[in-house]
Amino acid sequence: MASVGKIARRTFLFGAVAIAGGVAFGVYQVRKTPPNPLKPGEGETALNPFVMVDDQGVVIVAPRAEMGQGTRTTLAALVAEELDVAWEDIRVIHGPPAKAYYNSAMFGEALPNKGYDISDFQHAVGETLGQVGKLFDLQVTGGSTAMKDGFERMRIAGATARELLKAAAVNQLGVDAATLRTEAGMVIAPDGTTLPYTALASATTELSPPTIVLRPATEWKYLGKSMPRVDMVEKVTGTAEFCVDVRLPGMKFASVRRNPHLGGEMRRINGDAALNMPGVERVVELPDGFAVVANNTWLAIQALDAVEVEWGPSPLPATMDEMHAMVEAAFDAEPNSAMRDDGDVTTIPDSATVIEAEYTVPNLSHATMEPMGATALVDSDGLHIWTASQGPTFVRARCAELANLDPSQVDVETPYLGGGFGRRGELDFSEIATRVALAMPGTPVQVTWSREEDMTHDFYRPLVKARYRGAVEDGQAVMLDARIAGPSAARQALVRWMGLPSSGPDKVHVEGAFNQPYGIPNQRVTGHLAELDVPIGFWRSVGNSANAFFHESFLDEMARAADRDPLDFRIELAEREHAPSAGVLKAVKEMSGWTGETPQGVGRGVAMTYSFGTPVAQVIEITDEDGYIRLRKAWMACDIGVVLDPSIIEAQMFGGMIYGLSAAINEEITFTDGAVDQLNFPDYEPLRMHNTPAFEVKILKTNRHMGGAGEPGTPPAAPALANAVFDLTGERARELPLNKRFDFV
Amino acid sequence: MSKNLKINGKDHTIDLPDEVPLLWALRDELSLTGTKFGCGVAACGACTVHIDGEAVRSCQIQIADVWGDVTTIEGLGTPAALHTIQKAWIDHQVAQCGYCQSGQIMQAAALLRENPTPSDTDIDDAMMGNLCRCGTYPRIRAAIKTAAAALNEEV
Repeated sequence: MASVGKIARRTFLFGAVAIAGGVAFGVYQVRKTPPNPLKPGEGETALNPFVMVDDQGVVIVAPRAEMGQGTRTTLAALVAEELDVAWEDIRVIHGPPAKAYYNSAMFGEALPNKGYDISDFQHAVGETLGQVGKLFDLQVTGGSTAMKDGFERMRIAGATARELLKAAAVNQLGVDAATLRTEAGMVIAPDGTTLPYTALASATTELSPPTIVLRPATEWKYLGKSMPRVDMVEKVTGTAEFCVDVRLPGMKFASVRRNPHLGGEMRRINGDAALNMPGVERVVELPDGFAVVANNTWLAIQALDAVEVEWGPSPLPATMDEMHAMVEAAFDAEPNSAMRDDGDVTTIPDSATVIEAEYTVPNLSHATMEPMGATALVDSDGLHIWTASQGPTFVRARCAELANLDPSQVDVETPYLGGGFGRRGELDFSEIATRVALAMPGTPVQVTWSREEDMTHDFYRPLVKARYRGAVEDGQAVMLDARIAGPSAARQALVRWMGLPSSGPDKVHVEGAFNQPYGIPNQRVTGHLAELDVPIGFWRSVGNSANAFFHESFLDEMARAADRDPLDFRIELAEREHAPSAGVLKAVKEMSGWTGETPQGVGRGVAMTYSFGTPVAQVIEITDEDGYIRLRKAWMACDIGVVLDPSIIEAQMFGGMIYGLSAAINEEITFTDGAVDQLNFPDYEPLRMHNTPAFEVKILKTNRHMGGAGEPGTPPAAPALANAVFDLTGERARELPLNKRFDFV
Repeated sequence: MSKNLKINGKDHTIDLPDEVPLLWALRDELSLTGTKFGCGVAACGACTVHIDGEAVRSCQIQIADVWGDVTTIEGLGTPAALHTIQKAWIDHQVAQCGYCQSGQIMQAAALLRENPTPSDTDIDDAMMGNLCRCGTYPRIRAAIKTAAAALNEEV
């Protein structure tokens, strides 16, 4: 991995402008870049920030973190599609923190539109606005954006590298470029002469940037097919390096404990007893806690208990009742947003039936399989940090500040992430490792959090409530008025990550409700922000995770009030607004053989959510097994537009659904005196092999714009299940998790 | 304080206090990092290894109590010489983040040794102690069935 550091120091800007008809024809003039200020590493050439050639062949630099979503594989396929590299020869590494790897798709997501209804022009505006990401060094893996961001950029990188290599071959062979072809890492001349890329790369550095034409989808060899994941062999042999697997000469092992009463101070600490324990070398004080450094992680964890410490109280409300009351109080304050306000929700025909419902979803922990942690070393070069981060540029900036270093003196390595789900966009685990390393210059230290520390010091999915009012008349939905109250995860996160306080309408707070493609003529969604300072953050699918439960549960209630089949009711409403959304509903209807009737002891529920550009519909079937509910089968359909890798998309869809179902059934984080009550998996129980339903997934591609894959599987899971529970039991679940009222297998 | 262990066919002398769990001897002392820490309370199965062929949670077994030969994921197969079960995992493209998969595979290996033709219920019973937050369970089930068929053919 030594080469990564070298690229970091000679990163150049990289861009391309569409010419000759623009994007539609796939013709680009590549912009050259400020000249490379540094000498390339021995035996390597970086053709652009995404393609490097060394004496072994091609190395593709992935700008996004691999946390299980398969991004490395498909980003590599995008490059390889144009570069003509044999799949088995591909090597992929994670890029260093660098401006060149900014995420262009995230700012586009922030536009105040509904997404499904935007024109091609607005879509292009979103992409242009994405350039803002560059200004903020927004190298972030999140928001289900990696493929939207990389779809053109990575192919351009591959095509540019290919044309440069061909140009080098032209110079060497003196033949016309048009006669050359490329295959399996070689340029091939008409007479059969082959020049491997490894022999040509060093001759490309002086060449002018080429004009390139991207290959049409009809010629794709890799894209659109299920490729063997580049990380699979490592991950089934225990050789994949996660953050906790970094091993360095002389490395010490540490664990951390912070005030369990969140936001409280550390008043007093005495580490003497801990220092007398076997293997223990240091107790390092942190602003709100301490780390014990030992020669073994377990010995460090044991010694945490031996440190005498007095914790100050948490400023948070002492009880859940108070927290619920604070969220409820937000309904009475002025709304922060009214991002949908169609027709008139205040005038209801006399003959309409009006229904109302209030819903609540709890705080949730991410509970990635790999607990938080990081490895850091402070030496004369500066700070080296190995951290499983979804935002390495933010890590570099923050840890440089902590260490009083220039960001150029901070190396950030991103190993595989043992799950992310939004948790690893945070900076806390990198900061702690940096602080411990600063206390022990010259010694690499790996800080591993215990599961208990991980679960009790998360940035949780917020506690959110919604009040819905709707009207139906003659079997039709005529009005829907939704009010959503909770604290703002986006505002907290922007301050934490970038120091940016924000105001204005919070789109994330109402996503999954205001932007749902249902043509109800009178429709309003307002967001109310609660002043509750529980540390909250982005949990897979973010606002959609809560709002889809509200919105899709209420649509079910409306369908029942209208005496309509809930699936047909949705199809009819979606057809008015967004054909792909209606399409996924029709698909699950067909896949599941939906009749609207279920035998005694069987329940079925449906839900559909449009999120991250992708509509996903789910039908879940449950059965009554001696008073316990068993999840028997789930049918899912998504419409993602451009399907780059069906196997990976399928895995994200059912994986996202299982994540959502786990939360819907069993997961809840509560606080007492500001401390989290749940400590480990026995208190926070995800689905397991025996209670996960069988699956069928269908991937459609009628969507005009490419949708995301990593998150959209999650939002419809909870409402589809709750609607199935209603079908089975006649009881409407308006609060999660469902195990509060129902028993599951 | 020191203890001799046979791990993946090799003898090792571990110089750690007796009560240190096997998991942390493997990871921090021997740098056999394929075996993972997930919960520390035997609730997730990420630390599953074999002792004399039996699947155990290495976070719960003190090094002083290790009663037989230890096999970890590194001893099951390697990228150059994959075990049949690992091949089945690749065929079905099981892993997502991959963090739990060493434990899943070791658990599945023990199951298939005891029961060469497991039913769905047998798979449920054997695998329910192994958590996966990415939700790879359907593919794990499929891979176990493929591996069972392949192993039975090898016999």
